Amino acid sequence: MVDSPLVNFKGRHLLGIDDLSADEIIGLVNTANRFVEVSEREIKKLPTLRGKTVVNLFFEPSTRTRTSFEIAGKRLSADVINISAQSSSVVKGETFKDTVLNLASMRPDALVIRHPSPGTPLYASKFAGCPVINGGDGAHAHPTQALLDMMTIMERRKSLKNLNVAIIGDVLHSRVARSNISAFKRFDANITVCGPKTLMPAHMDNFGVRVTHDIYEAVEGADVIMMLRIQTERMAQGLFPSLREYSSRFCLDSKVMKKAKPDAIVTHPGPINRGIEISSEVADGKYSVILDQVTHGVAMRMAVLYLLCGGAD
Amino acid sequence: MSCEKILIKGGRVIDPAQGIDGLMDVMIENGKITKVAKGLDSDGAKIINAKGLVVSPGFIDLHVHLREPGYEYKETIQTGAMAGAAGGFTAVCCMANTQPVNDNGSITRHILERASLAKGARVYPIGAATKGLAGKELAEIGEMKQAGVVALSDDGRCIMDARLFQNAIRYAYMFDLTVVEHCEDEMLAKDGVINEGEVSARLGIKGIPAPAETVIARRDADIAGYTGCKVHLAHISAKETVDAVRTAKANGIKVTCEAAPHHFTLTEKMLEGFDANFKMNPPLRAKEDVDAVRAGLADGTIDCIATDHAPHLQWEKELEIDRAPNGVVGLETALGVSMKLVEDGVLGLPALIALFTSRPAAAFGLPGGSLRVGSPADLTAFDPEKKWTVNPSAFFSKGRNTPFAGMELKGKTLLTIVGGEIVYNPETL
Repeated sequence: MVDSPLVNFKGRHLLGIDDLSADEIIGLVNTANRFVEVSEREIKKLPTLRGKTVVNLFFEPSTRTRTSFEIAGKRLSADVINISAQSSSVVKGETFKDTVLNLASMRPDALVIRHPSPGTPLYASKFAGCPVINGGDGAHAHPTQALLDMMTIMERRKSLKNLNVAIIGDVLHSRVARSNISAFKRFDANITVCGPKTLMPAHMDNFGVRVTHDIYEAVEGADVIMMLRIQTERMAQGLFPSLREYSSRFCLDSKVMKKAKPDAIVTHPGPINRGIEISSEVADGKYSVILDQVTHGVAMRMAVLYLLCGGAD
Repeated sequence: MSCEKILIKGGRVIDPAQGIDGLMDVMIENGKITKVAKGLDSDGAKIINAKGLVVSPGFIDLHVHLREPGYEYKETIQTGAMAGAAGGFTAVCCMANTQPVNDNGSITRHILERASLAKGARVYPIGAATKGLAGKELAEIGEMKQAGVVALSDDGRCIMDARLFQNAIRYAYMFDLTVVEHCEDEMLAKDGVINEGEVSARLGIKGIPAPAETVIARRDADIAGYTGCKVHLAHISAKETVDAVRTAKANGIKVTCEAAPHHFTLTEKMLEGFDANFKMNPPLRAKEDVDAVRAGLADGTIDCIATDHAPHLQWEKELEIDRAPNGVVGLETALGVSMKLVEDGVLGLPALIALFTSRPAAAFGLPGGSLRVGSPADLTAFDPEKKWTVNPSAFFSKGRNTPFAGMELKGKTLLTIVGGEIVYNPETL
């Protein structure tokens, strides 16, 4: 593997993939790869971020991402504090800005923000006084997810260049889709998005992607199939009629997989809805890298924390 | 003060209502305009040298939110009236979405009483069309007319019930009041934050599709045509809405409409930084919409420029983009921003002044909007060449939520006279 290009992240924010060059993405992946083995040790700890404080500020429920950041910080010996919106003073009517200013006054070394409103990490970065990491903001961006996805794909495919990528499901509400499209475009991927027309953004002309509503067409010749989670609340919003009808058209099962390249890989940001957007056979089968993504998530977040708030000068 | 004689000398007097455009003097006596002619003698009057300035009827804004009663922390009638004067406005029409709502005669009288104590532009209240702006029952329109409302509107809310809208314009007809519609299909616009377009798709912000405005504009025009009653469409922003109004007018329907400076100047691209100072309803739209609004101003489809002045505090605008309140202030930047239309060759200066004076007066049947001899001396003078940079902290308005902060504008008000009284004269002409 090529060694990391020289990239300097110290003191920067990680707000979205748009801020990163292709070289920087590769640099992050290479750094994360070096951290993978830490999680395989008996003593899973490096002293790298000893004395540093990482605050996970989560304004919406999350198990996977919050835990992943928490474990990543702890394996680097940082002190990790988790604050969820339910337990913070947000419910007492404090504004987002005041919440961030108060936390910033306690001098953390990094602030991870997950928020249902798009743009909040960007806004916080203007006055947080420390690196801000976007842990997912509304339907806008989820850069660490896209980075761990790139890491997972690189492990299997060695290169990110010129891949055929199918992104399938609720693109409209998906920050994972937006960040991944942004990342794949750095590497000249041929991207096809697929899902019900009601779950596609209305104006995608500038996305540079092909849109189809036929999953067979989307998966044809694909190297990477990226499944998105469908949320049942979208039915109540009149966006699709039933899970039954959804899965009959957009579920990735073995039959659909026959259209993909023989060495294709299937990703999913989790949590998966078995039998709805993905069949158990595919989720647990040879194409699936879903659990690798979770493992890589810890390593990638270690790399991000290391490079942003400790790291190499 | 209003009984003194004032002679405004040597300005370029533009009064579209009378077809006047030339270097002339204007004499004011006892609060009224008494002469408009070349080479007037001072005859003991206080002389104001208007050389290099444009002298026009005072501007009339059909759409402002003065927040009083109820939200005095955002704006008061006094600060709003003074912000108006600083922008060259001698009359502003304030919307009914106060707390309590201006849906009855006693609130109307209260607003007028507060306005009588305020220095600055005249304040004309607009009454709610429906009780509590709830869109269920008509408000006490007759009582409010008697108390002094100049129009009716549920602005901020659309009258979604088409039958109730039809009843409102019919009932208002008896009192010669115009119903002002905030065109927004609330189901189609549900949860929307910014224009549904390229930017909302990319940023993952919930969109408000342009048809949410257009379908209501078409509906209202159809009902106005059917009933023979009139409707005024507030702050139109979408290309198709401009087209719909153009068609309705061609068919003889009594429809008038207004456009706000931000809608003919800025696009949805401004939202890329998630800054709520660019968030308003209707939202900033795509370039083709901005171009269409400009074309509508140029060909007369759009009757007037109205600011939709909507003050909020800074901390409110610093909330998350989907939680921050809609609206921007506009009274003190309207002229400078609109002068870009002249600079860009969209329309000439007299046509621009008509959009601020005679045409809004005609839409609601308001007094003013002209320098006719004998009419109250409401006028403004501005330097069309003066360059200035928008500095929100210098506003008279309590609201600093402008999308034009830091922008360099050309054209600045230097004199505002209301009823013969000088209410704004920053450089003591």
